Amino acid sequence: MSSLSRSDVANLARLARIDMSDEELDHLATEMDVILGAVARVQEVATPEIAPTSHPIPIHNVTRPDVVVASLSPQAALSGAPAQEDARFRVPQILGEEA
Amino acid sequence: MITKSAYEMSAAMAAGETSSVALTQAHLDRISAVDQHVHAFLHVDTEGALAQAKAVDDARARGEKVGPLAGVPLALKDVMVQQGIPTTCGSKILEGWRPPYDATVVTKLKNAGVVILGKTNMDEFAMGSSTENSAYGPTHNPWDLTRIPGGSGGGSSASLAAFEAPLAIGTDTGGSIRQPAAVTGTVGVKPTYGGVSRYGLIAFSSSLDQAGPCARTVLDTALLHEVIAGHDGKDATSINAPVPQVVKAARDGNVKGMKIGFVKELNGDGYQPGVRSRFEESLELLAKAGAEIVEVSCPNFEYALAAYYLIAPSECSSNLARFDAMRYGIRVGDSDGASAESVMNLTRQVGFGREVKRRIILGTYALSSGYYDAYYGSAQKVRTLIMQDFTKAFTSADVLVSPTCPTTAFKIGEKANDPLAMYLNDIATIPVNMAGIGGMSLPCGLAPEDNLPVGFQIMAPAMQDQRMYTVGAALEAALLDQWGAPLLSRIPALAGTQ
Repeated sequence: MSSLSRSDVANLARLARIDMSDEELDHLATEMDVILGAVARVQEVATPEIAPTSHPIPIHNVTRPDVVVASLSPQAALSGAPAQEDARFRVPQILGEEA
Repeated sequence: MITKSAYEMSAAMAAGETSSVALTQAHLDRISAVDQHVHAFLHVDTEGALAQAKAVDDARARGEKVGPLAGVPLALKDVMVQQGIPTTCGSKILEGWRPPYDATVVTKLKNAGVVILGKTNMDEFAMGSSTENSAYGPTHNPWDLTRIPGGSGGGSSASLAAFEAPLAIGTDTGGSIRQPAAVTGTVGVKPTYGGVSRYGLIAFSSSLDQAGPCARTVLDTALLHEVIAGHDGKDATSINAPVPQVVKAARDGNVKGMKIGFVKELNGDGYQPGVRSRFEESLELLAKAGAEIVEVSCPNFEYALAAYYLIAPSECSSNLARFDAMRYGIRVGDSDGASAESVMNLTRQVGFGREVKRRIILGTYALSSGYYDAYYGSAQKVRTLIMQDFTKAFTSADVLVSPTCPTTAFKIGEKANDPLAMYLNDIATIPVNMAGIGGMSLPCGLAPEDNLPVGFQIMAPAMQDQRMYTVGAALEAALLDQWGAPLLSRIPALAGTQ
């Protein structure tokens, strides 16, 4: 049975791009242990010969004809943007820290 | 008029006894009167609803042929995008967002002349079984305002039980249509996966999510089912096959010769005595109506809950990555020099609630290198075993049945700090989502110990949704005979109304 430490949870939060307070980390670390203990039951019956199912109704290679159809106008696509500039999404700096 | 069925409302409009504008106004008035107590709605689109209603009335006046639900009002779960209408999915991270397009379900509703009253409350990103996880406060069960209306679609179910709308749209990932229906004494159907388009449904767990109809009668649910179902090229998982004839089945309701299998593992220990007795009485009624009742065993269902709480969080940790503060939704901490990553981290800390963070972290762990096979991989194998259980059970029964949930509605706050206890609510509904088949919940009485509604679940093989409606209609008719009036006629009056 694996057990998650507070620093494991902090690492997962970093991977998931969520800042967490010390209090949140403490709380989650305790909860995760309980939840993981419960969900680990799947290992009791998941033997090697069983094929995994990712999707309940198998449908393969769904495509549509390669033709141009109506889509959102730039204005509509930008309508919910937190910030925009020159008809583009304005985002915080991405490379600044390494420059 | 607001306590009538959608079918009766439609007939009254066709006969000229009322108009869609009058009907819509009556529901808007009802919302104004009671929603301060119930809190089913996050947004009411008064102007838009009345405009849609007038358009239907005008079309009727011109002698145009309109659909069977034209002019009937509906409550839309806030997980569905509607162009120009605030859509939050119960989350702070989408506060103030107005989608630039309609979900396919919304397009179909509009084309059918259904009047959309507004958006209903839900657990944040549909994660929860009580609507307590909404960032905008809980919804209250109209049967007892101190209790939960189920979740995640508690707003939709409460709006039906409070007579704020005769029709509603829900979505069901692990029971979010059926469990709210059960605890509010209403009807809800999770169609076969792929039966209703997911285009414009804000994704939680893509291999499990399914939109479906909610109403107060089996026939109304079927009428709404046929409006929203069908193949959609915009959803790659949409099934390209004719829609099952659910309205015909709901009208017919003949179970003579049908084999109904009750699932041994979905009853017994952990199920409230009043839930069990109402369920067992319903089985007797179905037997009297001519069905053959058989016992079936699905031994792997006991692992379904554990598998679900790995698969759903894994898929959600990926799906919710789109909330990155760049293209829509709120943005926090975008000051001079702040990096994109720090803005993302801060926005997600502030924008997501506790349950959403819990599931994202759980999913991130289950998918991480070194743990993938033990957790996510094993859960996918359990999914195979559950599907095999269903396949085997359906060789000896046309439909399977069980109580929809182990208990009646619990108190708001009672399980808020115990995620595992909360997850147990979905123990009987989750197998259906894992296998992608159809499931219905309809009211089968009040539990004697607390006078709260009990739900009866019917499960049918993929694309055999009509079988649920046949059995549901038969049981509904038998119960109505016994009761003399619909269950909801026994709901206590809400303070300051009626």
